Amino acid sequence: MALLEFTKKGIFCPQANVYIDPWRPVDRALITHGHADHSRFGHKSYLCTTTAKPVIRYRLGPIAVQTIDYGKEIDINGVKVSFHPAGHIIGSAQIRLEYKGEVWCVSGDYKIENDGLSEAFEPVKCHAFITESTFGLPVYTWQDQATIFKQINDWWRQNKAEGKVSLLTAYALGKAQRLIYHLDESIGTIYTHGAVENVNEVIRQQGIHIKPTTRVRQAIKSKAFIGNIIIAPPGAVGSPWVRRFKPLSVGMASGWMSLRGARRRRAADRGFVLSDHADWEGLNQAIAETGAERVFVTHGYTEIFKRWLRDQGYDAHIVATEFEGELSEMNSTEGEEQEA
Amino acid sequence: MKDFATLFTALDQTTKINAKVAALAHFFGQASDADRLWTIAILSHRRPKRTVTTTLLRQWAAQESKLPLWLFEESYHIVGDLAETIALVLPTTEVAAQQDHPLSYWVNYIKALGALAEEEKHEQVLAAWRQMDKQERFIFNKLITGGFRLGVSQKLMVRALSKHTGIDENSLAHRLMGNWSPDSTTFEELVIAANPADDISKPYPFYLAYALEDTPEALGEPADWQAEFKWDGIRGQLIVREGELFVWSRGEELVTDKFPEYQLLREKLPDGTVLDGEILPYKEGEVLSFNVLQTRIGRKNVSKKILEKAPVVLRAYDLLEWQGQDLREQPLGERRILLEQLLASQDFGDTLQLSEQVAFTDWAELAQIRENARQYRSEGLMLKQKSSAYRSGRKKGDWWKWKVDPLTIDAVMIYAQRGHGRRANLYTDFTFAVRDGDALVPFTKAYSGLTDKEFRAITKWVGKNTVERFGPVRSVKPTHVFEIAFEGINASTRHKSGVALRFPRISRWRKDKPIEEANTIEDLKQLLQQYGG
Repeated sequence: MALLEFTKKGIFCPQANVYIDPWRPVDRALITHGHADHSRFGHKSYLCTTTAKPVIRYRLGPIAVQTIDYGKEIDINGVKVSFHPAGHIIGSAQIRLEYKGEVWCVSGDYKIENDGLSEAFEPVKCHAFITESTFGLPVYTWQDQATIFKQINDWWRQNKAEGKVSLLTAYALGKAQRLIYHLDESIGTIYTHGAVENVNEVIRQQGIHIKPTTRVRQAIKSKAFIGNIIIAPPGAVGSPWVRRFKPLSVGMASGWMSLRGARRRRAADRGFVLSDHADWEGLNQAIAETGAERVFVTHGYTEIFKRWLRDQGYDAHIVATEFEGELSEMNSTEGEEQEA
Repeated sequence: MKDFATLFTALDQTTKINAKVAALAHFFGQASDADRLWTIAILSHRRPKRTVTTTLLRQWAAQESKLPLWLFEESYHIVGDLAETIALVLPTTEVAAQQDHPLSYWVNYIKALGALAEEEKHEQVLAAWRQMDKQERFIFNKLITGGFRLGVSQKLMVRALSKHTGIDENSLAHRLMGNWSPDSTTFEELVIAANPADDISKPYPFYLAYALEDTPEALGEPADWQAEFKWDGIRGQLIVREGELFVWSRGEELVTDKFPEYQLLREKLPDGTVLDGEILPYKEGEVLSFNVLQTRIGRKNVSKKILEKAPVVLRAYDLLEWQGQDLREQPLGERRILLEQLLASQDFGDTLQLSEQVAFTDWAELAQIRENARQYRSEGLMLKQKSSAYRSGRKKGDWWKWKVDPLTIDAVMIYAQRGHGRRANLYTDFTFAVRDGDALVPFTKAYSGLTDKEFRAITKWVGKNTVERFGPVRSVKPTHVFEIAFEGINASTRHKSGVALRFPRISRWRKDKPIEEANTIEDLKQLLQQYGG
């Protein structure tokens, strides 16, 4: 019996009788992070990191959630389980399971670069590693975030000089807070779409500092937005909600913006290459650092990435999951929504 | 090349026409004459000759990036652009404060590769890549591979150039036509000092019609309009000046040698004559299908056999120059009189024919005629205001094409492939089949016609319903029915189904139809019998 099995309900540990990020209702779920494709409704009990809990609670309502600190080990029917930083969003974790000396690790979503806000990624030594491959192609290589945030702040400044409103789209949980963290608030006011501000409030309440932001309200005069920036989910673009912001410059921050075709397909004026997932180098580095011999590739460019890993001598396999995978990659017009 | 890279970025970052024109005009204002000239050349699709094959570029890029070739190829399929893929996978080098070379330097650098042995080419290309940043590499690669789409039409480029030089747009458009390359001229000669009359081969910019979306009633008095059948050939301009004959296609390509049939007109037409018309395959009193013409377009040598099988004529509809005078500003009605007189003045055989006017008294009558256009192998009607001047480029108002409704057939999608450029990463290229008993017979591909939203939906579906992968192509579970629209149908020995369609595209996603209700091979054959040739 393998330590982890891949079932129709999700990744399952028979010995501990727990599922990891299951997509069908189960009794006991270990949750890597709060994004909707990993943290779903309907389980009887949830276990996640202490910092991930508030958002999961906010999104899923009155559910039974227990928490655990990073690096702390619990025993579930002889299986030692611990959570380790994945660097994806606040509270995101890789989940390590050990039984009779055999170690498996489920990465969830992760990125290598320390974004300053999420708990920084730590490699986990294991025998078998279950990894995402959202950007598992050598064409995806990120520049360091300082460079990208300089581009973003310059763009904002330029728009201000031209008397325009800046609208920057990002997934409401994670990317939005990362952007706010790095925006230069000396340029102007940071406004937020309600979906973003709701998450901001939850995170502030848990004692994490997020710069002052102002929720966009009907009562605010249109003129007030000129020269300032608004952070909104990608879905807001093209909805009636954005009509009041003019003249407007729309920016999108996403890993998909690496490709010219993807950039041109969007109605955005600017695309910034910024992702909360590992790039090609990052994926390869993370996998190498686990020391794992067996690698299971979940979502992303699975077929290609598996073949590459086999070329590199790994015992690599594809695992079908309902995490937003290659589909989301292609269906990326709404950007972060799928990337998350 | 930093300034050109900046221009490129500026053009790429905006969809707004004014911003594009401004960026171009700014570039024209700053660049050297050599760079201006090359920019005009690139924007009018006059790229330098390819000096390195793409096969070599792929190998070198994979090697330099330490990637297996298969992985490079897979990446290319997903990115959808070779120059971009190379730029993305190459390792980032610490670009030391290198001397910046202008665009024309790199163009000459690339041209010089042509004379080198493969090993030296390799060294030169690597040396270039290693001193460039991502964006410059992309441009450099684009210069080598060609197909440089900057999202700037010739029209926009001319507008920007007009802004920069102060020369009128129409006049500029005419100067930039014809047979020049940056090697044969200078910016000064071509743009500033040019007198188009100096170059006897120079064509006039074609006047292009928009499709009529509404009913023609909105156009006003029928008596103010001239109607002709619209022919499915190649739009062409035939020039006779100083005893020489030139034939240009609408794509601004000199095609004189491809159509030797027209040589006899060199003597029959007086010097200083320019005709606008349709290059049509025609035999024994009948217009042939475009398919016939297509068989000879790609050929380097026009053999006797081809001339016999697919002879062409020119069906003339306008006279742009007569006795050396530019007639374009005169009303169509007057040009038409001169054209008819010219064609009646002597016997041109079949080679030069008049595009006859279609007589009608009211719009309803014309609509009736249009319905039957296909019988005459015509695609529909052209409507031209009798008082109109011959304008340049696509302009609304005076000329309209009023095509017949396309033929349609309901087909099942069986293969999908990712698109290129703007549609990279989306499944946009599909193969469709009709039913043959329980089997499905592929009969056409189609790439366009769905909205971005529909492409996204189908892309998501393809991801979940792939049966097999053949490199970039995926076979999918036969599930979805689409209405395919097309302009014509012909017998073909090259296709399994035995037919080839003209301008196939997706007209509708028939979500209401299960595959059992898609059309059959018999339906297709019936269309072939009715409309094919």
